[in-house]
Order: sequence, then structure tokens, then C-alpha cells
Amino acid sequence: MKHLSELLFPLIAVIAAFIVGGIFVLIIGDDPILTYQLLIGSALSWPDGIGYTLFYATPLIFTGLAVAVAFRCGLLNIGTEGQLYVAAFAAAWISIKLGGTVVGGVNYSWASLPALALVPIACLVAILMGAFWAAIPGYLKARFGSHEVINTIMMNFIGIALVSYFTQYYYKTPGDPIMETAEIGVAAHIPRLGSFIPGIPTRLPLNVAFLLAILACVLVYIFLWKTKWGYEIRATGANPSAAEYGGIAVRKQIVLAMAVSGGLAGMVGINEVLGYRYRYYEGFSASYGFTGIAVALLGRNHPVGVFLAALLFGMLNRGGIFVDAFTDHVSKDLVEVLQAVVILFVACEAFFRGSFNRFSLLRRSKV
Amino acid sequence: MLELRDITKRFGEVLANDRINIKITEGTIHAIVGENGAGKSTIMRIAYGFYTADSGEILVDGQVRRIDTPHDAIAQGIGMVHQHFMLVENMTVAENIVLGSEPGSAAALDLKSASQKIRALSEEFKLAINPSAVIETLSVGQQQRVELLKALYRDARLLILDEPTAVLTPQEVEEFFTILRGMREQGKTVVIITHKLDEVLAISDEVTVMRDGRVVGRVKTKDTNAAELARMMVGRDVLLRVEKPDADAGATVLSLQDLRVMGMDGTPRVDGLTFDVRAGEVVGIAGVEGNGQTELIESLAGLTEPELVSGRVEFEGRDITTATAKERKQMGVAHIPEDRHRRGLLLDFDLAENSILGVQDREPIVSFAGVMLDNGAIERRARQIIKDFDVRPANPALPARSLSGGNQQKLIIGREFDLHPKLLLVAQPTRGVDIGAIEFIHRKLIALRDAGCAILLVSAELEEVTALADRLLVIHEGKIVGEVDPKVATTEEIGLMMTGGHR
Amino acid sequence: MRSIFSIALIFSTLRLATPLIWASHGGMFSERSGVINIALEGIMLAGAFTAASVTFYAGNPWIGLVAGIAAGVAISSIHAVACIRFNANQVVSGMAINILMIGLPAFLGGSLFASTGSTPQIPKENLIPWTPVFLAFLLVPATWYVLYRTPFGLRLRAVGEKPEAADAAGVSVKLMRYSAVLISGALAGVGGAYLSIGQSSLFTRNMTSGRGFISLAALIFGKWRPVQTMLACLLFGFTEAVSIQLQGVRLPSGEDIPNQFIQIIPYVLTIIVLAGFIGQSRAPRAIGLPYQKER
Repeated sequence: MKHLSELLFPLIAVIAAFIVGGIFVLIIGDDPILTYQLLIGSALSWPDGIGYTLFYATPLIFTGLAVAVAFRCGLLNIGTEGQLYVAAFAAAWISIKLGGTVVGGVNYSWASLPALALVPIACLVAILMGAFWAAIPGYLKARFGSHEVINTIMMNFIGIALVSYFTQYYYKTPGDPIMETAEIGVAAHIPRLGSFIPGIPTRLPLNVAFLLAILACVLVYIFLWKTKWGYEIRATGANPSAAEYGGIAVRKQIVLAMAVSGGLAGMVGINEVLGYRYRYYEGFSASYGFTGIAVALLGRNHPVGVFLAALLFGMLNRGGIFVDAFTDHVSKDLVEVLQAVVILFVACEAFFRGSFNRFSLLRRSKV
Repeated sequence: MLELRDITKRFGEVLANDRINIKITEGTIHAIVGENGAGKSTIMRIAYGFYTADSGEILVDGQVRRIDTPHDAIAQGIGMVHQHFMLVENMTVAENIVLGSEPGSAAALDLKSASQKIRALSEEFKLAINPSAVIETLSVGQQQRVELLKALYRDARLLILDEPTAVLTPQEVEEFFTILRGMREQGKTVVIITHKLDEVLAISDEVTVMRDGRVVGRVKTKDTNAAELARMMVGRDVLLRVEKPDADAGATVLSLQDLRVMGMDGTPRVDGLTFDVRAGEVVGIAGVEGNGQTELIESLAGLTEPELVSGRVEFEGRDITTATAKERKQMGVAHIPEDRHRRGLLLDFDLAENSILGVQDREPIVSFAGVMLDNGAIERRARQIIKDFDVRPANPALPARSLSGGNQQKLIIGREFDLHPKLLLVAQPTRGVDIGAIEFIHRKLIALRDAGCAILLVSAELEEVTALADRLLVIHEGKIVGEVDPKVATTEEIGLMMTGGHR
Repeated sequence: MRSIFSIALIFSTLRLATPLIWASHGGMFSERSGVINIALEGIMLAGAFTAASVTFYAGNPWIGLVAGIAAGVAISSIHAVACIRFNANQVVSGMAINILMIGLPAFLGGSLFASTGSTPQIPKENLIPWTPVFLAFLLVPATWYVLYRTPFGLRLRAVGEKPEAADAAGVSVKLMRYSAVLISGALAGVGGAYLSIGQSSLFTRNMTSGRGFISLAALIFGKWRPVQTMLACLLFGFTEAVSIQLQGVRLPSGEDIPNQFIQIIPYVLTIIVLAGFIGQSRAPRAIGLPYQKER
């Protein structure tokens, strides 16, 4: 019963978003019912619809979890976008360096490790890089009280620019007009699900990273609710004064929560680089970081909710492509409109629930 | 000049003002006295339009007036100086004063003519305020005079002052009183809300005494004395007694030497305290709230930034002046905080999760690899506390928010008792708690004492500290002003010391 | 290596700083009243898209500019209602608007112009390449005057610093905040409009590419004050101008000058300022806090 009522408001928000979106569709002269039929139908067809929906949901699960963990500590991590870029680049970098990449006779690499060693190392590097990038604004907040929102936004731009620099000057295949690194070693590739699960066509890009995303949901749940660290993070988010009273070092929790959050965001790089494109490609993220905010809010900052919300947005991303192609006027950008309306509605929810975070950290730092 | 008739005001379940009648004579200084929570600020905030009364009426010069906003009050010639100044710190005196009733046109703020008027007022009432000074560069006393100017600038005939001397040094208080007397001579009416009886006697013409949201006395100052006022202020109808054997005090557990704690604003809150608490005794601190008790307990619990604390604190002979909250907890210092919502509980967490706050990283709560929480152990602990301390409803899965104040408090007390502390710091243990729970909590505290725990108790309820304490220290403005034997001291005597009525 | 410090660079700096000045001064009104405005990016996009579309149809950039302002006000009113009426988290609401304005122009553009990428080219004679630049430098003293020399500005600053003091003096906190957020939308709308009908001649998807956030950075860097904020905008505009000039320029050794390091200067500076290394940048005290009083 308790869980059902938790679902109520997100459901209202989603319905409201569809209504608002429908009005826009009407305005530009299309049929909302048909549009939504197309949107949802194309995302649920087997195998391509569902396969792509899950593939698009994968990065959103990671970023949604990332935002949720930070939020549980009373922090808004707007920087998942930057964290996932630096992490993806780091994954590509280590996979080139240890994957025996040779381009046009030039050896880019230090060594050529077998898959069994390279894949875990590359995953770890991605996670650590994301964690590091997020821990910086965490530290700045803990040490100087500077607002994590502004700093994570700034870190987004810095991270993306730095990665672009390294790509352009060090890791691009010479002569390649596209801003992307050289291909990573084959040993660093992680398999598509179709390659070992019968019934799933291998043409679908859905890969092992999706299983990692499910695992991440379970691990985040265990971390937040079954370990002392999670308890301390949640206590800090719920009431920093009480946490302090309970002997919890609030500042340490801020850095820890940001690092875990960034590490989760960094796992997007595993899906993108090791599982899909096999290289770092500039601008690959379709606002995964920002959509992660919507996913976390809609999913009530709980792994189960995040998983469901990510599926919803994954579905919209998949269906959006079909709407783009098969309606007269509606474009896939409808999806962003729906997302925005969902966030707005969920953001106003506090008003209807009473002021639940009177003592929260969100209200305590200088900007 | 101002008359309040049958004013009643509720905040949720709390009855803050119960059919209050107050009459204020023009050209006098009228004191409203009472303990914290007696409802004196509330009634005056109603008169100023900050709150709206649930029932009753306000008369100005004999006419019934609606005062729904501060704007209405200002129009009626009523001004108010709040306990926490309503000044924008980074703006100038003139800017603050004209805010909301700016001279000049909408296109151009005329601060020049405003400054002239302010300067004139400042001279007339001998306030010595420079209109172009920035607020944050002024002393507290000067800021208060800016607040007075703000009211005078708006042609206030009646000034309501909420605890005006709380923030002033004794010397500033003298200056301030001179200013007030000057105002009375110019025909202004002054209402002063306070709990300091010496000041009431020094400055006022008439006194209204409030207790528990009601008016309990109206007297002319010249016809009364401090002892009578103290009795009216702190007296209770029902006497509360706790049956307890005499203390069997053992070794010294806590020892303070010249402890000083600064507030965030740089003023001393705890001002050179030296005393001991021994095993098996309850040391009570009596005092009007806001005289350093909060800062004392918080600093002893390790919750104050170390750079604000000086002096020395010893626990069982070890120096713990700079120890963290966690270290103190591990040594055996438990703490029942005064504000259970802010400090004591995670309101959105369930009872089980609340029951482990402070021991979340200890055996047996953490088991596997020193990291994983043991749900079984948490549940057992929660159930034990719920059973021993009669927390209702007895369901560890309920959020703490859903419990009544008394049951929330029992949960906190149970949690802290379960640490088997050697020292217990208790602040306001029965605030907002029903009668049955009060008695229960008192018995538990005495039982803990008899088990050999040292207890330091702070309470704004004079009866409570007198009933529980074996030794009673009276605190006033951060200093201990006396020690009394709670068995023989009278309420008047202690009340007088608490209110600075005698040194 | 040819000289890069030229008159052209100065003009380029002024033009690149212009949208930043408009948006950051818009942000100043909002934030000084106590409402965080992370939505500047989205508001600029609204202004840019609307101005370009309307100019294309009306054939007159001034009508387009007014439409851009109207769009900025309309979008910021969503932010205002969410934050002031419903006490929404101001950062979250702002982010929602930013996401909305990535999608909505493309969505509407797709049906209006059959292209989700951009609006059609506007002929050169229908652009306003310089007027908004001049006006931007009038905006700075005007903002200063409004904030520090009018009753409105006094109330606005008071509401952002200590709303309870303003309330006690009979000032309506909500009314002040609504007007501030709407003004902020109008000014950021001009900034956006200038991007599409001043600097370039069409709207392209996400054409602000972070300028809203740079404006926010300039606002923080300028300590929420008009003149300092303008200087920050000029500095950030200058770094952008330099980075454009340096494209394709090679060092004597034959190497490229990496653009990326110049681009990140504004962001790095902002982080440093926020941490308190270059003087204190103190935000309005009540920023981010909904004002509720007990009754």
C-alpha cells in the first residue's frame, strides 16, 4: 500500500506530461492519439523495439542512479553529463593504451592485455574517473561551502573541453575529420546480448552493460539501505544536524556521495565505449546526464523507481525516432518536451506533500 | 491607547494565546513579562499584524481596528522592534529605514530628504545614528536604535519592543533605558516584552504578567516587587514531585574548567563555567532559556566548532575539549538534545533506523566485514527500546514523524540509555510531552542516576530541575550566578536568581 | 604569427559579450530577489528561436526582438510560478526549462519550417547586428540605477537578502519576486534574440551552447553587481573572441594553439571565485529559499 501511493504522483506527472505534449501535437496539426500509439507501439515491438528501448535505457539507469545517490545525501549533481564524458574518454584511453591499438603503423599502446584483464580494468578506470570528476565539486562544497550545483555545471564544461583537447591532439586517427578517438583494442569489447542469448538478434546494440546496469541498481540498493555508509549518507541528506549529532562526519559524506554518484555516471562510458561504439566519440551523449535528473526525480530516487523511469524514457527515445519518421509534423523532440514537463510537475510536488526537507542540505549552502 | 480584547491564537495543536486581555495606557512604558513560551511575543505579533488572531479584537484609541498586516499596524501608528532585528545587513541605515515607505517618486529614490529626517529624529531622541552607515558595520546596540528609528520614521506612537535588552551589554542597557524614558517624555507609548525582572522594575510604569498563554496578573510597577512578579511568572498550580532517594555520588566524571563558548556572532554564550558532575548525581542547570544552556550542552556533546570553544573539559580525567561527537559517544557520553526534530531524529526514517543513530558503525549493528548493517540486530534493538520505554505505536517500521512528541522523546531517551552511558547530557527532556510520559521519563532518569551514571540536566521548567536535581546551578547570561540546594530553595529565590533579579 | 590583437578583436569581443551582458543582467534581477535562475540558458533559446521565426515571417527584426522578449517572459513565468507559487526546488525547475527549450524550438520548428535543425536564413538587411550591443552598454547603468536608486530596486534587494525584513516593512515578497523573474526573462530573451538575429542570421538547435551558463558564471564572478558583471562578461567575451581568432593559427613551431584551454577559462575562474580564493563572492542571502510565513 505504501509503495502504491509512492507511485501515484509520478503517474500523475507522466499523464500530465502526455496531456501537455498532446496539446502541442494538436497545435502543430497532428493527431496526438496516433502519435502516442506510434510512439509506444514502436518501442514495444519485439525484438527491435524492446531491444532498442533497453539499449537507450541503459545510460539513463546509470545517470538516474547517479543523481539519486547524490540526492539521497541532499546534493544535486547536475554534473553527470561531464562525469560521463570524462569517464567514457578514460575508458577509451585505457583500452587503447592496454589494448594494443595500432593505427596506420603507429603504435598507440603500451601493452596488449587479454580481454579478461582489460575489460575489468577499463570498467574500473571509467568508474574511478567519473568518481574523481564528481568528487572535486563534492570536496569544494565540503571544504569551502561552494554550491555543488554551480560547480558541477562548470565542471561539465571543463571536462568536455579537456576531453576534446586530448581527443583532438593525441588520440584521433590522423586524417579523421570526425572528433573521435582511434578504435579501442578488440580485447576491450564487451559482447552484445545477442551473441550469447538465443532469440536476441546480434544486430541489436544491447550489450552486457545493460546487465551491469541492473546489477548497479541492486548494488545501489544494498549500498544505500544495507551498509553503514549508505545509512550515513542518507542520514546526512535527511537531516545534517541530526547526522552530526549521531557522530557522522557530514563533510566526508558529501565527498563520498558525490564520488559514488560520479562513479555511477561514469559507467555510461562502459556502455558507450566498450559495448557500442568501440571508441570515444565527441558529443555521443544525448543529454543522458540531464535526463538522469528526470529519471531520478520520477523514480523517487530509489533504484527500482529509477529502473522503471529509465525504461519509460528509453521507450520515448526509441519511439521518438519513429514519430519523427512517420508523422507529418511531429519530431522526436517531443520527447524532451515530455521530459521537461515531468520534471516540472515532480518539482512542484513538495508543495502538495508539505515541506519535507526543512533541515535539508539543499537549503544550507551558499551559492 | 491600545487594547487587546479576548485574543486567542492557536498554532496547530498549541494554544499560544488564550483569551488575552491587555490594555496599554497612552504615554506609559508597559512591560509584558513571562517565561519563554508564555505567549508574550505571539500576542504582540498579533497586535503588529504579523500573525492573525483566531478570535478577539484589537482597539486603537477606543476604535475597533482590523490589523491584518504590518502595513495596517503602521497606519495605526504602531511600530515593532523584533527580537531578531529586521534589518538588511548589507544596506545602509537610511535604506533600511525607508524600505516599504520610500520617499520620492517611483523613478527616483529620495534618500537625501530621508536622511535629513532620520538625522533630525536621531537628534531629537538622542540616538546618534549616521544614516549612511551600513548595518553590518554597526554594533548590536546601534542596530537596535536603527530599529527604533524605523518605527519613529513611520510616525509610530506606540512602540513594541520584543526582548530588547537580550542582546545588549549592561552598559548599553542603561543607555537604552535613557532613550526609552526620553521617548515617554515626548509622548510615545512603549511596550516592552521581557523576562528580566530587574529591568521591569527599572523602566516600566505598568506590568502584565503572562504564563502558559494566559494573562495571570496586571499591576502597577510601583505597587509590586521582584519576588511577587517571579512567583506569578514561574509559579505552577500543580506541584510536581519525584520520589527519589538521596544521591550516592561517586567519582568525578565530568569536569569543566573555565569553559567558554562563543556564538557565531562572536559574543560569548558560555562565559567561564567551572563545575564538576560526579557519578550517581544529577546536576541541574536552571535558567531562563537563551542564557547559554544550549551552547553548553552542545559543546559538551562535541557539536560546536572547536575554534569557538576555549577552557578545558575533562571526562574521567581525560581532556576531551577538542574530541569529536563520535569520540565522545564512544567514550560513553550520551546526549538527549533539546530540539528532537532538528537534532534528535531523522523524521522521515522509520523507528528502527532512528534507533541506531549514533551506533550505526558499531557491533552488533554492523556485522559482515564491518560494513553491512544487520537488519536482525537493528530490529532487535528497536524492539527492545520500544518495549523498555513504552514507545507507541510499537511498530519499528513506522516513520518517526508519525509519532506523538512524547513517544518520539521516549524513543530518543531509550536509544541514548541503551548506550549504557557514564555521562548523560539532557536538555529539555519533557518539552512538549504529555503528563504520563513526563512522569515515566523522570523515573527513568532517576533510575539511570542510581545505576551510577552522571547526569547534567538543563531544563526551562524550573519545577523539573528542582525535582530531579541533586545539586542546582543557576545560570544567567552564560555565567553561574549561584548554587542552591533544590530541597530547600524556594521557587521565588531561584526565580529571582534566574531573572537576574539579584546577584 | 600575425597579430591577433586588433580592432577587429575588440569589436568581436563586444559582440560576443553582448548576449552575456543581457542574460547575466537578467539573472541579476532574479537572483537578487532570491530566485536562482539556472533557466537562463533555456530562456535565451526561447528568445533566439522566437525572434528568428518572427523576423523571418514579419520581415522586421524589431518585431522579432519584441517577440523574443515576450517568449523570454512567457518561459520565465513558468519558472516563477513553479518556484514562487509551488515552492519548487529552483535548480530543478530551471533545469526542466532548459530541457524544455532544447526540445520545444526543434519541435515547433519542425512543423513551421520542416526542419528541426534550424530556422530559415534571414536576409542580411533584416538583422540588427549592432543596436543590441549599444543597448547592452546602456543596460548596465540602467540596471545599476534601478537596483540602487529606485524604490523598486531597494525592495528587490531587500527581498533577496532578508525577505522577513521586507515583509515586516510591508513589502510583498511574492510580488517582488514575480516581477524580478519576469524581468529576468525579458532581458535574457533579448540576449537570445541577439544571437539569432544579430550575431547570426538564423536559429540553430541549441545555439546558445552554454552561454546561459556562462552568463550565470559572469554573474557570480561579478558578485551580483552590474559593473563587475559587465566586466566579467567582457572578459568571457574576450576569451571567446580570442579562441575564434586562434582557430587555424599556428605557433612558430608549427603546432596548433589548443582552443579548449581558452574556452574553459570562464568556468575555472568561476570555481576559483566560488571557493573564495579571489575575494568573497557572497550570494544574496535568501537565494534559493522559498519564503513562507506562519499564519
